[in-house]
Amino acid sequence: MKTNKFFIIGVIFILLLILTAIFAPVLTPYTPSQQNLIERLQAPSAQHLFGTDDLGRDVFARIVYGSRISLSVGFISVFIILCIGTFFGIIAGYYGGTIDYIIMRFTDIVLCFPTFFLIILVIAFIEPNIYNVMIVIGCTSWPGLARLVRAEVLSLKEREFILAAKMMAISNVKIFFVHILPNIVSPLMVYSSLAIGGAILTESALSFLGLGVQPPMPSWGQILTSGKDYIYMAWWLSVFPGIAILVTVLSFNLVGEAIRDAFDPKNREANF
Amino acid sequence: MAPGKPTDAVTDMNMKVSAESKERLQKLYGLDKPIYVQYFDWMKRVIFFDFGNSFKDMRPARNKIFERLPATILLNFLSLFFICLISIPLGIYCAVRKDSFADKSITVILFILYSVPSFWLALMLMILFGIHLGWLPISGLYSFNFDTMNIFEKIFDISKHLILPVAVSVLVSLASLSGYTRSGMLEVLKQDYIKTAYAKGLTEKQVVLRHALKNALLPMITIIGLSVPGLIGGSFIFETVFSYPGIGRLGYEAVMARDYPVVMGIATLTAVLTLLGNIIADILYTYADPRIKITK
Repeated sequence: MKTNKFFIIGVIFILLLILTAIFAPVLTPYTPSQQNLIERLQAPSAQHLFGTDDLGRDVFARIVYGSRISLSVGFISVFIILCIGTFFGIIAGYYGGTIDYIIMRFTDIVLCFPTFFLIILVIAFIEPNIYNVMIVIGCTSWPGLARLVRAEVLSLKEREFILAAKMMAISNVKIFFVHILPNIVSPLMVYSSLAIGGAILTESALSFLGLGVQPPMPSWGQILTSGKDYIYMAWWLSVFPGIAILVTVLSFNLVGEAIRDAFDPKNREANF
Repeated sequence: MAPGKPTDAVTDMNMKVSAESKERLQKLYGLDKPIYVQYFDWMKRVIFFDFGNSFKDMRPARNKIFERLPATILLNFLSLFFICLISIPLGIYCAVRKDSFADKSITVILFILYSVPSFWLALMLMILFGIHLGWLPISGLYSFNFDTMNIFEKIFDISKHLILPVAVSVLVSLASLSGYTRSGMLEVLKQDYIKTAYAKGLTEKQVVLRHALKNALLPMITIIGLSVPGLIGGSFIFETVFSYPGIGRLGYEAVMARDYPVVMGIATLTAVLTLLGNIIADILYTYADPRIKITK
């Protein structure tokens, strides 16, 4: 009951967010990069709902258009994580032996570094822009998923239906797609939902540090940077984008936790 | 590989630099050799934690890192201490009073904190306590007149500067540890020996604190060990937001300036610290839980 309620709240927020991203031009008369130096750093008013920033840009418009950036980074980087992580996880779990050893030792090495530091490191050496942010988040965050998938596959591959499929000389590729993948969908869904929240957080932190999405593209993290610069006089620059990030990440986490509870009765007790 | 070389920062800004001196500068840093030769040269020195001199001010990267290390260790140690101090009792309380109003509200609050962007929380606390109320300093570790203070004033000054960074670090990390404590405790409370303890006529307090707690805390050792990379990773953001003089901010500045020796030094150090955290957790675990022995 409780789970359902949270799941519905999360899904509604995510749907609203997607609609906001699609219909951004309808929601605000301003464009995100339209400057007006006369109206700079104005407090929230009827004209500028969330105030204006240091270049006189409407903060509400920037947040509305920023949802496009956050959502696309969230979805695309998690899509990359899913492709790489599932691939290596299935290969490692299914074939075992040397391949398994090599892949798992590699994930051990990657997991030794704090992921965020690894991402800063790579981003700083290549050009920071939205596409690189997606690629780098995707390429550095998959080892956790690979381990998860490997563990699932290890227990699956001893089950009768896989053994039967093998005996019938069905090709390995077909076994992966037809017999293994559908059986690991629920952990993958939980993982993706939580990972989208994580990717959006990472993107905003990167943009906050100036290593993520570059101007003039509006990103929530970037608005927070000017919030920090004008912390003494413009609280609205810090408050609203942060709430946008919080609500978005929270909705994805709620959905992820709800799916986990729904699929795994053992986890119904634990909340994190 | 990467567009831009570290020498570009000096040469591109200066129109007078000739192509020859550009090459000479690259030779000086060994950037003209093939990548794999550079790598082996570097490996030989890494063993002694010698990463060469910082490109920025020519001081050995090792010294630059080690002089910043105490501040980061202080911050992370205090955070870890307060995280344990708060989240473990919180988790136990929630498990014992499962499904009560208090349990549900704590769980919801922790879930929200888990989703908060840490740097935004830092900004909010800075605005509230640093600017509107004016109680706490919002950046650095020392005040301007630090040198003129006596020892007690110095300690007081440092603690005042530490409150906000530690608070942010603790608040965003509370959720996972207390969540683990709660589910671990729930698992233990279901065991037969807990029923036996109750049957003996012990009070709830005795059962929880004496019989259940020890068993519920065992997995915590591993989880705390595993949280080391997360804490260090978090330092990069907190230290940058609070202008805190630790290795996180040094790392950020070094990355921005393409100061390879310092960057590599910090990357190696964090990896070593992470491995150390895992090894210590594994060893402590065998002491704490006699059921687990490292045997072949």
